[in-house]
Amino acid sequence: MKEVPISTCEREFILKAIRDRKRIDGRQTYDYRRLKVSFGMERGCCIVELGDTKVLAQVSGKIEEPKKNRPTEGSIIINLELSPMASPAFEPGRPTESGIEMNRILERNIRDSRAVDTESLCIVAGEKVWSIRADVHVLNDEGNIMDAASIAAITALAHFRRPDVTVMGEEVTIHSPEDRDPVPLSVHHMPVCVTFAFFDQGEFLLVDPNRLEERVMDGRMVVGMNMHREICTLMMSGGMLLVKEQVLRCSQIATVKVAEIIELIQKALDKDAQARQAGEKCGFAESVPANKITTNKKEPTLIDTTAAAQQASQVIQEAGPVDKPMSNMIVQAPGTAQIGEGLVNTWQIDDVDMESEEEEEGRKKSVTNGKEAEATSKPTERKRPVKAVSHADDSGSEEEEKVMLYQGDAEMKSTEDSTALQQPPNSDKPAKKKGKKKKAAQK
Amino acid sequence: MADSVGKVVIPGDVLSEFRASEKTSKVALGPGLRQEGEEVLVTKSGILRHKEPNLYWIDCHQRRYIPAKGEDVIGVVTVKSGDVFRVDIGATQPATLSYLAFEGATKRNRPNVKVGDLVFAKLLVANKDMEPELVCIDSGGHSAGYGVIPADGGFMFHSSLNLVRKMLSPNCDILKFLGKNVPFETAVGVNGRVWVKAKTVKDTIVVANAIASSEHMTNAQIRTMIRQLLDKLSGF
Repeated sequence: MKEVPISTCEREFILKAIRDRKRIDGRQTYDYRRLKVSFGMERGCCIVELGDTKVLAQVSGKIEEPKKNRPTEGSIIINLELSPMASPAFEPGRPTESGIEMNRILERNIRDSRAVDTESLCIVAGEKVWSIRADVHVLNDEGNIMDAASIAAITALAHFRRPDVTVMGEEVTIHSPEDRDPVPLSVHHMPVCVTFAFFDQGEFLLVDPNRLEERVMDGRMVVGMNMHREICTLMMSGGMLLVKEQVLRCSQIATVKVAEIIELIQKALDKDAQARQAGEKCGFAESVPANKITTNKKEPTLIDTTAAAQQASQVIQEAGPVDKPMSNMIVQAPGTAQIGEGLVNTWQIDDVDMESEEEEEGRKKSVTNGKEAEATSKPTERKRPVKAVSHADDSGSEEEEKVMLYQGDAEMKSTEDSTALQQPPNSDKPAKKKGKKKKAAQK
Repeated sequence: MADSVGKVVIPGDVLSEFRASEKTSKVALGPGLRQEGEEVLVTKSGILRHKEPNLYWIDCHQRRYIPAKGEDVIGVVTVKSGDVFRVDIGATQPATLSYLAFEGATKRNRPNVKVGDLVFAKLLVANKDMEPELVCIDSGGHSAGYGVIPADGGFMFHSSLNLVRKMLSPNCDILKFLGKNVPFETAVGVNGRVWVKAKTVKDTIVVANAIASSEHMTNAQIRTMIRQLLDKLSGF
């Protein structure tokens, strides 16, 4: 689907506002939109909101063989996903040119700047290393995905914990989280991207352009920088030329912005770590703001309940003593019991099954004939007996199938559809223990 | 039916006992309601509304515009092809606008419309099987406020359909109260597009943001918000 076309009216107005040193969302030239970093229940899951732009990053790790030329280094893969959910302009399937460009910037910024120590991801040199993968999904595009994605990726990497691994001679043991605390990745520094949008051939610049500004801009520059004022990436795109002073100015602004952003990330990480340690609730559900709509709110109104109370007491008075629940529980086989009688199955099942069920029903009736007579002769004013009994009635035929399964082998064939009952309760399968050490035999 | 009016209904609900008009003994079903055989089904989740004598519809929050005949919309001209303009009105299909559907336009005297222009128009045809068709004149051939919106200093923003309906509702104060304090021109399209123009760029931005943020506010809250905004504007 094509993106909504931008009108000349909007374009002219945005440019005019920028020349007046104003922005359409009321921000100043160097202001970021409200930045929010939140974490999921899982380690290595992070959502970054930059105004209405929303990006999710999920980090995962697996063990694989290293590259031949770097036998002692683990790998870091970053994958940026631009789904049509984020914006109708993104097509599903092959990544677009801009998508590849942004993915490359992310890789350069995080992997090529050696932000995460890859040597420490090695388990057995030349044979087994950790491969860490960061999937960055754009959930909503309201401009400046680049900054949000870079913040999400590095924060998720810092939040991630990989399972601890010990090597004993030939044997590699991966410890479960219950067994040993998972270990964090060693993140040396946190590079973050800052995007500048240029207008009027680089005369005017804006930090953190929103969607409309992005569509009007002449070109942009992405500066990836860390706390130590080291530039990790610098990328310019769009058809415009910049003077040296402008680039230097951008890097100056970037240092200030990066310091602010990293401080915010650190705060969010610390807060999450504290919440986890204290056993408090964490995850997205906790961080979703409660957007209350007040216009449709109704004032609480009092309801007259006196009539209802009278009616209730009347009902209680009029009602006779409750029928004794039928206690004729029949133990069919060890672990299976039946309450009451089975009725004809009201479910629409194939004729074959119905027949087999009817057969079974007939057999059952002959067995418990006396009890059935007792049940039917009971005077019941209500159409259905006690609730529990009626429930048992509905599922009666199913329970009988159960009985047949356990008892005889001949009837097994007639009740093929009851998949839940395929396995006898005392099967010989070994029960899986939770938290059991997975052992990976060395080659 | 009277007890369901004003309550939340969800898709699949079956409604009955509508109050029909006395003259024609008919019931008019608006958006979100559909007749299926003998019964009337709900197709959107929202609040059931009723207007005397026999009009029923579902009021809900959405951004996707579904064209309806006779509604005023703001569109962006995307293509000029032959004797029609293609206009994006935010619906599933672009609408067509004939070059003759402007005031004073003849075969010789074509209106000056460029690609990217904003037009304020009325929907002449809105049908689920046909392309929507727009006109910029009323039945008498006069412009009646419709036509190309000049691109000098105004700004158009997108909002939810709920907000534009709220702005146009007679018991909403936002435009009245805002207009008393900051003079501005506006065009509201029920397709969720609002064009505003005030004296300065700053005022335009303020007006646009005030309108955009007033969606979930009551009249009292809107007044307070506007007062605070004006205080900030005058440099408190």
